[in-house]
Amino acid sequence: MTAEVPGFGADVPRLPPPVTQRGAVGWLRQHLFRTWKDTLLTLVLGVVLGWLLYQLTLWTFTSARWGVITDNLRLFLIGLYPAQEAWRIWLCLTSLSLLAGATAGSRGGYARTIAIWLMAGQLTVAVLAVFSPMGVVAILALVANSILVLVAQMATRRHPVRSRWLTTAWLASVPLTMLLLHGIAAVGMPVVDPDLWGGLLLTFLLASISMVLSFPVGVLLALGRRSRLPAIRLLCTTFIEVVRGVPLVTLIFLADIMLPLFLPDGVDLDRVVRAIGAFTLFTAAYLAENVRGGLQAIPRGQIEAAQAIGLSGMQVDRFIVLPQALRAVIPANVGLFISLLKDTTLVVIVGLLDVLGIGRAVLAQPEWLGTSFEVYAFVAVVFFGLSYTMSHASYRLEAALGVGRR
Amino acid sequence: MSAGPMSLPPKPVRVPPWRDARIRGLAIQAAVVLAVAIAVAILATNLVGSMAERRLTFELDYLDNTAGFAIGEAVISYSATDSYGQALLVGFLNTLLVTVLGILFATILGLVVGVARLSGNWLVNRIAYGYVEIFRNTPLLVQLFIIYFAVFLQLPPVAQTMSLPGPVYLNQRGIFLPRPEPTGSFAPFAVGLAVGLLMAIVLWRFGVRRAAGGRPIRRVSWLCLGALLVIPALAWITAPSAPLVLDPPIAGRFNLSGGLGFSPEFSALLIGLVLYTAAFIAEVVRGGIQAVSHGQVEAARAIGLRNGQVLRLVVLPQALRVIIPPLTSQYLNLAKNSTLAIAIGYPDLFNVSTTVANQTGQPVAVITLVMGVYLVVSLVTSLVMNLYNRKVQIRER
Repeated sequence: MTAEVPGFGADVPRLPPPVTQRGAVGWLRQHLFRTWKDTLLTLVLGVVLGWLLYQLTLWTFTSARWGVITDNLRLFLIGLYPAQEAWRIWLCLTSLSLLAGATAGSRGGYARTIAIWLMAGQLTVAVLAVFSPMGVVAILALVANSILVLVAQMATRRHPVRSRWLTTAWLASVPLTMLLLHGIAAVGMPVVDPDLWGGLLLTFLLASISMVLSFPVGVLLALGRRSRLPAIRLLCTTFIEVVRGVPLVTLIFLADIMLPLFLPDGVDLDRVVRAIGAFTLFTAAYLAENVRGGLQAIPRGQIEAAQAIGLSGMQVDRFIVLPQALRAVIPANVGLFISLLKDTTLVVIVGLLDVLGIGRAVLAQPEWLGTSFEVYAFVAVVFFGLSYTMSHASYRLEAALGVGRR
Repeated sequence: MSAGPMSLPPKPVRVPPWRDARIRGLAIQAAVVLAVAIAVAILATNLVGSMAERRLTFELDYLDNTAGFAIGEAVISYSATDSYGQALLVGFLNTLLVTVLGILFATILGLVVGVARLSGNWLVNRIAYGYVEIFRNTPLLVQLFIIYFAVFLQLPPVAQTMSLPGPVYLNQRGIFLPRPEPTGSFAPFAVGLAVGLLMAIVLWRFGVRRAAGGRPIRRVSWLCLGALLVIPALAWITAPSAPLVLDPPIAGRFNLSGGLGFSPEFSALLIGLVLYTAAFIAEVVRGGIQAVSHGQVEAARAIGLRNGQVLRLVVLPQALRVIIPPLTSQYLNLAKNSTLAIAIGYPDLFNVSTTVANQTGQPVAVITLVMGVYLVVSLVTSLVMNLYNRKVQIRER
């Protein structure tokens, strides 16, 4: 008999932990049934959640009338945009696919998330289009576009496009898209009145144009709010606080009803343009506050060092402060863009036909009475897909930029 | 070079005026102010011109005219023969009602979901996560449409009212709850309630002071709870008749009578605002709790506090400092989002004001007034919350 302490001998086999603490059983005990309270909570919530999911699945596959979406898919996508001019939208979508693919191939990371979702989105629409009266051409075009994203991505992975070119292309794409969609009467291209733009197209345009326009305004307001000059500081602070203090709906209403009163006789702005104006001012005020946060995060020493090597005030801002501040607030600005995208639904209140407005218009048709849940759930899913994608791309971007770690 | 102590002070360098920072600053300011003034002047001239053309004014005379339109629900008495001013006041009170209730419920729900997001129970954790992601990533207006058009308006008509235990009734006209009705013996009970509350507060503060002095009273929270419950209970028992009776809604032929009824518009708006804002508050709460360093939690466990006590006594008071500023902006968002009432027809301030603007034909005057009201409410709220924030922040030496 050796008086060996059990477990300390070299020849005693090492036993794995008991079955209740490892593998699936261990995980379940640890995460779902740790105490009797946990067990009770898990069971009650599990039953309720299961019942809800069961009911939802049942409804989705048996009693829901999804025809309201597929039959009106064209309206949901582009509104009342004339069919014979639809090639312009295809052209825009193709260049968007190309650009997104090239960015994903050259930059990777967050851009790849967006490219994948653009592909997935177009394929989803293509699948929906199979059940809709949109025709084979639309389906093929959508599938071809998604393949284009992939091809562009593969092509640029070996030979990345310089990021300056990418930025220029993205910025240029916004006015070019606007011009193409609107048409140029001077060269004989029929003009499509913006009142006819609708659906998802209008939602995207409202959000992206307002964001691009509000960026310079917001940065200037943020710099103005921190200016040494009291008059400029006062003007900027007043603007920011007033716009942030009133509800967005009142601004949209103001732009829709009161803006014509401010303009000289004969000048008439389109309703879509007026809405873009309201969104731009609103977003600029919030963006200014984001940028101000970034400006405050720049250590005082950076500015003093820049002044010491003889940079002028404007050069300090341009080369030292803004590049660092703007990089630090990119995630916050993605968040702002997501809320802007969601806020574009408010144009329904002044009667524009964005994707939600189209939903209401479709529900007004007597044949689709009683399908409000289908329609609004579809709109909700569309927005959820867009915002969720962007917020996840923003997490990856945050990690890539190393915000808060440098 | 003789730069010795004997040399004269250097000759002042004459800076040309265009390189003098002070003069340049003044010039830039003057230019900007001038540009803004010119722009404002042009816009104002246009405004005055077009307003005169359309016979619009900035005057507030219209407030005394008879409104001539009915409002679906009002906290104070209102009829179509009252003035526009009264109509706007009704709208303002409706906004206030939905905002205050919304903030209350959204805070409670947000706190629960925020804590659930950090729960060790996987299912609870995932449900909270799913809730937050779904409600944060879809537009509030779409949520309101779903709640109002796809849920409340699809409820059965009055003749087939759904009844839930309580009794709570649901139909197309809204939600109906029993209403607590004070009886003749309510006054002494109210006194008992007040005394109980007062005693509980006094006891609690006494207990806190004793604990701070190192001589804690044992089970002070149970004593407080006892005071809060026992004294009103005694007042209830000794009262000659029950001080409060429940007045249940009674199903009539065309509608339910009695009880406490909430219109579908009000209910949908309140539920929508609460669910949406609570998702944001939950993230704020989670961020605040995670900002408390883990060592604090371990230290609290080490001195023998239970989980609930760790949360209540150690984590939440510290998290509150991080939570208050973003919470303030969520409250303000809720107040501003209540203007979406117009999309589902609840008569809030903005909704009433658009009707008034249409009827009087004076949109400029009405919208300016309403925007001013929202601005004042926003600024006052942020002022109050900033003061409170200053109170809970750590006072560093």
